[in-house]
Amino acid sequence: MTLDPPPAVLEVEELSLAIDTDEGRAGILDRASVKLAAGSIHGVVGESGCGKSTLLKAILGVLPKRSRILGGDIRLGQRSLLGLSPEAMQREVRGRAIGFIPQDPFQALNPVFRVDTQLMEPLAAHGFRPDDGLAPEDGGSMRGHLVSLLKAVQLPDAEQALRRYPHQFSGGQRQRLLIAAALACAPRIVLADEPTTALDVTTQLQILKLLHNLARQRRLSMIFVTHDFGVVAQLCDEVTVMYAGQTVESGPVRDVLDSPRHPYTRLLLACHPARQGELAGIPGSVPSALQPPSGCRFHPRCPQARLQCGAAPPSRVQVGAGREVACVLYGGAAE
Amino acid sequence: MGRFILRRMLFVVPSLLGLLVLTFVMLRVLPNDPSAALAGENATPAQIAAVRTAYGFDQPIWKQFAVYLKQVVHADLGTSIVTGRPVVADIALRLPATIELTFCALLFASAMGIPIGTLAAVWHNSVFDHAMRIVTVGGLAIAAFWFAIILQLVFSMSLDWLPLRGRISVGMPEPAPVTRLLLVDSLLAGRLGVFRDALLHLVMPALTLSLGGLASIARFTRAGVLDTLQKDFVGYAEAAGYRRSRIIWVYVLRNSVVAATTQIGLLFGALISSAVAVESIFDWPGIGSYAVKAILTSDYKAILAVTLVVGVIYAIVNIVVDIVHALLDPRVAESL
Ligand SMILES: Nc1ncnc2c1ncn2[C@@H]1O[C@H](COP(=O)(O)OP(=O)(O)O)[C@@H](O)[C@H]1O
Ligand code: SF4
Ligand SMILES: [Mg+2]
Repeated sequence: MTLDPPPAVLEVEELSLAIDTDEGRAGILDRASVKLAAGSIHGVVGESGCGKSTLLKAILGVLPKRSRILGGDIRLGQRSLLGLSPEAMQREVRGRAIGFIPQDPFQALNPVFRVDTQLMEPLAAHGFRPDDGLAPEDGGSMRGHLVSLLKAVQLPDAEQALRRYPHQFSGGQRQRLLIAAALACAPRIVLADEPTTALDVTTQLQILKLLHNLARQRRLSMIFVTHDFGVVAQLCDEVTVMYAGQTVESGPVRDVLDSPRHPYTRLLLACHPARQGELAGIPGSVPSALQPPSGCRFHPRCPQARLQCGAAPPSRVQVGAGREVACVLYGGAAE
Repeated sequence: MGRFILRRMLFVVPSLLGLLVLTFVMLRVLPNDPSAALAGENATPAQIAAVRTAYGFDQPIWKQFAVYLKQVVHADLGTSIVTGRPVVADIALRLPATIELTFCALLFASAMGIPIGTLAAVWHNSVFDHAMRIVTVGGLAIAAFWFAIILQLVFSMSLDWLPLRGRISVGMPEPAPVTRLLLVDSLLAGRLGVFRDALLHLVMPALTLSLGGLASIARFTRAGVLDTLQKDFVGYAEAAGYRRSRIIWVYVLRNSVVAATTQIGLLFGALISSAVAVESIFDWPGIGSYAVKAILTSDYKAILAVTLVVGVIYAIVNIVVDIVHALLDPRVAESL
């Protein structure tokens, strides 16, 4: 408790966000907070539809058209990203400061362009400079840089692979290509949106191992989104649990796994004693963002809910070194 | 790729055979008696009967068809009643004019229609988008005839910038026929004056003919781009930091055009059909105006031949479209 927390390289602070739909305004995120410490792999875990992808889109500035930031902030180091122009976000953030690994490697690559064309795109967009030290072992050419990237993600026949089309690769190989693309401009931060969900189990393990090694070798800070607590246990240093657009608990992975505090986290882990597989089996379902429950959004499903839980959202309270939980049980009284 | 092309060509054979049967039968049941037309206005019934026997019109239909098939195979489509020359020769002379006209119209329609459609999709539901939809749905195609006349009134009659009709000025010596496409031949011969003259003649007919195509190309480019914009790879490209202009004008457009090649191919066929009207308005010496004359004079052999040639062009365009499709999308060539 006396230790200073490591500096955050990326921080989402109390971000509230809504999307205007034809059926009305949907409150997708409600004061969501994630703090990515330098050099750590930070899992964001929650059921499908709880706002994980939207959180990443907000960081990258690629939210759908009719979305609205209602409050909070996103900071890259000291700098707020919410004030940046779309052009600045493209030039300085996306692909440059922050690399992105998408969920579905089968859909993410453009089918009618060769791999090299697509991998060169972020490099070209951000002005590839051989003196960046991006690719020490080659002559400094863009192509050479790509080849060394493909070697780093362990794709065989790198030179030939560059000349092929996406459909000529397996799912796992495509995900390796996308990891290479995310690392092309040597970003310090990588956001991965369920990068192994579309893959079979064996391939999943290989990709996780690869990501883990790359993150350590290159001292990356990474947000890893998943609905699978098992993956969090294997890969991550820290974790933030999300439910229906709210971040309900966060802390070091070991501590959270050993002693989950939030009722939702407990249920999640209880559903899966082996800490494997998907989140399911909690009675009820994630509420629609169109009419989210008032107060703590988990209260209609919470076995320990009290009267005050639906009145106002509980605030986050510190419950240990680097641990926070938002629940009235821990004194997060309604504000 | 060679195998792919060969297979595509084999696919075309049955439809061409069907076309032969269809045109032949349709012409035989036309109310006009080709024998009467052949024999001339003042012919006696006896003379008409003689013509009928001479041309084999009294033979059973299937025999006439067999004879016709044999002639087609030998590229002998008979002699035109009107020009008195082999129709194959007539068509060989006129077809390049139509191809030149149609190709330029299609080129213009694509050069305008693709950017317009793309912008309409990118600025979805904007004023530009709505305006484009009103203009294209509002029947540019229907207005083509009036458009042609207005063009003639303004640019030929009043301003005298463009020639009113024809393909080349009277007295202008034609370049040596290599491709019979005037623009190409004049350049090959290094005759820039002729090139300019031919180009000026081409402007108004090509513009008129392109209108209908422009509207459809803009519309299906818009639909294609809207569709492609929803694709995951577009969202990924944005998140990965590609430049916005590259995403739209390279990645999205290329995918949309792949889907649109089929429609552009169909359009080429449709343009050849509309060329009939446009060629008549501008006195363009192509197979369109030839076909009109043939129909008006019941020039039986000429009508059959034109229909056949247009059918063959349709087939060729179809094959070309498939090849282009395969070149644009690597997955197509591999699937065959
Ligand atoms: N473009 C959109 N318009 C309206 N609602 C959206 C849109 N995108 C996502 N949502 C809604 O936001 C919620 C969170 O979605 P998402 O961030 O994709 O969740 P996750 O990644 O955790 O599965 C879901 O309820 C989803 O229906
Ligand atoms: S705040 Fe109330 S409803 Fe929400 S998790 Fe805690 S006890 Fe359950
Ligand atoms: Mg998601």
